[in-house]
Amino acid sequence: MSADPVKPAPFARTRTRARTSLFAAGEPMVWLTGGGLVVAICMIVGLLGLILAQGVGTLWPQPVVEVRLASGARLMGEITRTETYRTGDGRTARRRLFRTGNFELTNEHFTWVNDADVAEESRPEWAMVFERMSWGRFYGRPKSLTVEGTVTADAPAAVWAGFARVHASVSDRREVRERLETEEIGEVNRRIEEARLAVRRAELRDGRDSPAHAAARAHVDAIQAETKAEFDRLRAEIAALNGHNAKFSIRVVTADGRETDLALADIVRAYPANRLSDGARWSLYASRWREFLLDEPREANSEGGVFPAIFGTVVMTLIMSVFVVPFGVMAALYLREYAKAGPVVSAVRISINNLAGVPSIVFGVFGLGFFCYVVGASLDELLFAAKLPNPTYGKGGILWAALTLALMTLPVVIVATEEALSAVPNSMREGSFACGAGKWQTIRRIVLPRAMPGIMTGMILAMARGAGEVAPLMLVGAVKLAPELPIDGILPYVHPERSFMHLGFHIYDLGFQSQNSEAAKPMVFTTTLLLILVIFVLNVLAVQLRTRLRRKFVSAVF
Amino acid sequence: MTDDRNGYPGNGNGGAAGGAAKNRLAEIAAGAVFPTETHPELDRETVVLDVQGFNLFYGAKQALYDIRMKIPKGKVTALVGPSGCGKSTLLRSVNRINDLLSTVRISGDMLLNGDSIYGHGVDVIELRKRMGMVFQKPNPFPMSVYENVVYALRIDGERDRSTLDEVCERSLRGAALWDEVKDRLHESALGMSGGQQQRLCIARAIAAEPEVLLMDEPCSALDPIATNKIEDLIEQLKGEYSILIVTHNMQQASRTSDYTAFMYLGRLLEYGPTATIFQTPHLRETLDYVTGRFG
Ligand SMILES: Nc1ncnc2c1ncn2[C@@H]1O[C@H](COP(=O)(O)OP(=O)(O)OP(=O)(O)O)[C@@H](O)[C@H]1O
Ligand SMILES: [Mg+2]
Repeated sequence: MSADPVKPAPFARTRTRARTSLFAAGEPMVWLTGGGLVVAICMIVGLLGLILAQGVGTLWPQPVVEVRLASGARLMGEITRTETYRTGDGRTARRRLFRTGNFELTNEHFTWVNDADVAEESRPEWAMVFERMSWGRFYGRPKSLTVEGTVTADAPAAVWAGFARVHASVSDRREVRERLETEEIGEVNRRIEEARLAVRRAELRDGRDSPAHAAARAHVDAIQAETKAEFDRLRAEIAALNGHNAKFSIRVVTADGRETDLALADIVRAYPANRLSDGARWSLYASRWREFLLDEPREANSEGGVFPAIFGTVVMTLIMSVFVVPFGVMAALYLREYAKAGPVVSAVRISINNLAGVPSIVFGVFGLGFFCYVVGASLDELLFAAKLPNPTYGKGGILWAALTLALMTLPVVIVATEEALSAVPNSMREGSFACGAGKWQTIRRIVLPRAMPGIMTGMILAMARGAGEVAPLMLVGAVKLAPELPIDGILPYVHPERSFMHLGFHIYDLGFQSQNSEAAKPMVFTTTLLLILVIFVLNVLAVQLRTRLRRKFVSAVF
Repeated sequence: MTDDRNGYPGNGNGGAAGGAAKNRLAEIAAGAVFPTETHPELDRETVVLDVQGFNLFYGAKQALYDIRMKIPKGKVTALVGPSGCGKSTLLRSVNRINDLLSTVRISGDMLLNGDSIYGHGVDVIELRKRMGMVFQKPNPFPMSVYENVVYALRIDGERDRSTLDEVCERSLRGAALWDEVKDRLHESALGMSGGQQQRLCIARAIAAEPEVLLMDEPCSALDPIATNKIEDLIEQLKGEYSILIVTHNMQQASRTSDYTAFMYLGRLLEYGPTATIFQTPHLRETLDYVTGRFG
């Protein structure tokens, strides 16, 4: 027995330990994952940086440069771009793009100037920039100022001082006139239109030449007689304001010596670009931003503000969220909490995921075909028959756009909600059932609150995707220029049938549809910056909400 | 060896040979089912929960085999047995929480105070309201401490503030938690420690004053002090409440319970007064288990 070879004890430590390998420690993985993050950050920072750099500078007032070319021609303007190119004999040369304006005189907004052609370059002290309601910018030296029909100043400094004094009152008159034109005359027109619709309704309901029809027609005549006086009064008022403003003008000399009178009422903003102090420059910059954010666009959208587009984007995104979140949550609840797992549920889930991969333009086509032409047209027939053949809901509008995007972002919300629901521990559900709660009570009191942060994540993703989407909107209601906002002070205050402006579409329009594309290009960046800001703000709000919910309903404790 | 089986039941009182015991366990492992060794003391008790030949399958795998067991009213009954023997499964079958798993099939029935639990047309929600359950792992709800405790009343539509307040305080005191949380009743329950959460779940279970209280290792996450408090609570509840408690702690079983049931591989082997089960059980296997010789 004792001679037996020594057997190893069952738990003898015989294993030799390998040295920790590089891969086990994961050092390379740290670098790999970190590298991935760096690439992602570089792309994001690069894109944002480009947009920021281009977008922020657009509205900054540039100096005005005057050049005399070798040919003897003179021109004046702001330098917008500089590039080098290869001349015919192989040397590199530089050229600059001048924004020369004065479109009505030169038929051009921009001019390329080769450095080789420049004989003389200067920054004239009294070169002034005029931003106008139409025709774009004007560059020139002030010569004289006419106030109330009489020439009051004829030296540049005096003209500029006089201009600064009277311009505000002229602008006020112009604004009063615009308000009269849009609001007051619009109101009168609405009354007439309303009466006409009543005639049409009576005709549809009671037949032509019925007593109701005759009464409605009589009513139209009465209204027309009544409003005639109103029209005349408004027209006279407008004519008076225009007449008054016509007595204010400024005479300007261009670089090549031509003289023109600019009506003060036509001038939005004017400044002697080369005489500005730093403070004046900043306040000009601020005033341009204010205009950009709060005003309506001018000049085929390449000038003025984008307020209607901001408003349209925000309202459309909010309406979309109002539709997509409840529907998505309900669908996900059924899939996750009620449906029995099986081939049908799997098929549904796969279809939903596939829906996320459908190109957005397809949703646009669907929205146009279904919402506008089927649902909208039926609504028109039911409720707005009197207005036909003019469509009310049977065309693109903010409601249909929101619904189309809601459909498009539905998969995002469903998938995120399903994830959130499946992350709710089963033990919580069991605890609730054990307390005698029913299925719905458990969902409402335990599952939904606990899943709420995840649902919010879905909403954030959907909002970001929806707010930045352009292609489908072109088909279902986003327009280049919407005369009215979807929410305003006219009954019933909310007009879901109206077409609207959208920042994303605005960017597309500026970049690719604008006649004055050089002037529009910088605005593309500024508008993009704004769109990103709007999405960012919407997201921050949603994230804030989510954090609050998360603090309340989910917290990890061990 | 076979004659030892013939001697069953009754005379296994510590006298059975070790080989025989091993054999019985081996036979169970091979699929045999023995009738439960139920002690006669149980016949003198009023029954609150009557398990009648209950079988349960997870898919194709059988987890409970022909369980027959009368739980006495107003007493504490402990379920002991090695890990995986089906204690939790049995407990979860009583309030039909296992219904939520689609793979579970059952046969047989149970009666709660004479009412069928698994019969046709039973209102499961109504049934669950008559029972309280404390789970093996604490599962507080994502809401305030207060709302957690009064959850069962809330879903019954109770709105009277004073009633809720009173129930909340009584239940929390009962679960030995009141002093720790009385200043943070309206903070999230998820911010509490694991042991506090478990006591909160106990408070939640007793708030609805259930007919039967089912406790699945309620003290496994608790420190000795809290464990003592819970055992005190069980002591106080005894009489008013009928308690079915699963525990791995033999001292706890012998301290707190009136009756003890020993389960093995889905079978209920022996069921009798705690003192007898721990000192002179009828089956050799039971003695081996409670004295720590296997399991
Ligand atoms: N959801 C499930 N699906 C399939 N099998 C399960 C499921 N739950 C439990 N089982 C099986 O049923 C048997 C009994 O499990 P149960 O949880 O009841 O054991 P237990 O006695 O409570 O054990 P422990 O003391 O470790 O908690 C085990 O073999 C387990 O593997
Ligand atoms: Mg268990």
